Amino acid sequence: MLKIDNLHAEIDGKTILNGLSLTIPAGEVHAIMGPNGAGKSTLAYVLGGRPGYEVTAGSVEFNGQDLLDLEPHERAAAGLFLGFQYPVEIPGVSNLQFLREALNSQRKARGEEALTGGEFLKLAKDKAGLLKLDPEMLKRHVNVGFSGGEKKRAEMVQMGILDPQFAVLDETDSGLDIDALRVVGEGINAIMRDPAKGVLLITHYQRLLEVVKPDKVSILSKGRIVHTGGPELAQRLENEGYDAVMADA
Amino acid sequence: MPEAAELPTRREEGWRYSRVERLQGENLDNWRIIDVAAGESFRDTLVIADGDETKPTELHRWRVTVGEGARCEVFAVLSSAEFARLEVEVTLGKGAHFELGGITVGGRETVREIVTRTVHAEPEGTSNQTVRAVHWGHGTGNFLGNIDVVRHAQKTDAAQDFKGLLLEKGASVNAVPQLEIFADDVKCAHGASVGQLDETARFYMAARGLSPDLSRRLLVQAFLGDALVSLEDDDLREAMMVHALDKVDKAL
Repeated sequence: MLKIDNLHAEIDGKTILNGLSLTIPAGEVHAIMGPNGAGKSTLAYVLGGRPGYEVTAGSVEFNGQDLLDLEPHERAAAGLFLGFQYPVEIPGVSNLQFLREALNSQRKARGEEALTGGEFLKLAKDKAGLLKLDPEMLKRHVNVGFSGGEKKRAEMVQMGILDPQFAVLDETDSGLDIDALRVVGEGINAIMRDPAKGVLLITHYQRLLEVVKPDKVSILSKGRIVHTGGPELAQRLENEGYDAVMADA
Repeated sequence: MPEAAELPTRREEGWRYSRVERLQGENLDNWRIIDVAAGESFRDTLVIADGDETKPTELHRWRVTVGEGARCEVFAVLSSAEFARLEVEVTLGKGAHFELGGITVGGRETVREIVTRTVHAEPEGTSNQTVRAVHWGHGTGNFLGNIDVVRHAQKTDAAQDFKGLLLEKGASVNAVPQLEIFADDVKCAHGASVGQLDETARFYMAARGLSPDLSRRLLVQAFLGDALVSLEDDDLREAMMVHALDKVDKAL
């Protein structure tokens, strides 16, 4: 589904990703953990196509397509969802308008019919309910005035509405209290746990992985994957820390 | 006396950014007079959009007197003509209100400007002016807003808010708030800022599937929306917004 091979990327001339290779087949939830500055968010942004993140070598294949050849909005239409660590506020644009335009843009790009206003509203309310987000918040401007936790829930509501094939979730658990973490984790399971879908889950903490149980866990350090293991690796990292685990690897 | 001598010059603050050479042959005494009687409400809109009737120079000068307790609302979209200028001189009576929502959009070498002079001549008058300018190419958008509060116009509450959005290098906006306040128990707020499209927001929107054109349209719409928020006629507001947005879409 997603095949990253020898990926090198830099920002402002500084190399951040340094030969990263990772394959995530359909049906797999793959967690990426790693110390600060390892390149986790850079990996997410490079996959999303953020301007300023320059790929200098390597390739990324998504469902057989060259992902790096696509514009950011084309990647979304191809089925990629990027969950932001810091969801962006857009004053003056309501969530409903934004998401309806986004969903219908994606559908149009895939040659599908646009949803009517009524169909879209029903879908949006269903997904807000799944993430226990007050549907009234969807009438508000995108992320404006939302708490940290509300932003992350809203992000997952967006994912539910857009129903991507593959999600790259960048520290979706940061800023969440314990209850919200469970709701968001269960939301990820409900939306993305599917034999036809995949998830790359970037996190610092074991706690989210107790809810969204990963099939594999990889450690990212200095811009490359240095170790991959099963879900028990996350627990070991929690107990022993990166240095000890990486020294053994 | 030759007509040119009558023309304003760029030294005069109210014409500093204008294309004064375009005024040659224009009748500068052509003021539209509007009297809003005490207790009445008046609203009018001005849309200068692309069309057969739009002249290269569009000069609109309105002189408005708003009677005691009356209300005057003016909403304008200036999106066409080489030089388009709406000038509103308002004199407010006791407890009267003046509302202005203005939009200028334009590229190439065009100049689009809104110039107001609001005189709070009696106590308890209120005024609220919101102007948004979106320009590209070598287009220029201007807002010159003069507020006079005379000595006995106590309890005046005046607000003026201007924001400019530059879509390309080379475009410019000028904001000149001028407040002359002679009363001592008044509120007069003014703000002006200039910026460009938020690229972080655009990437966020792209990551959800919006094309660059669509994300720009949504952000420009959100930006301009403030100027028309107090226009209570939904259809009219929508139509004015479409004029402005279509201009941006066509040009870029």
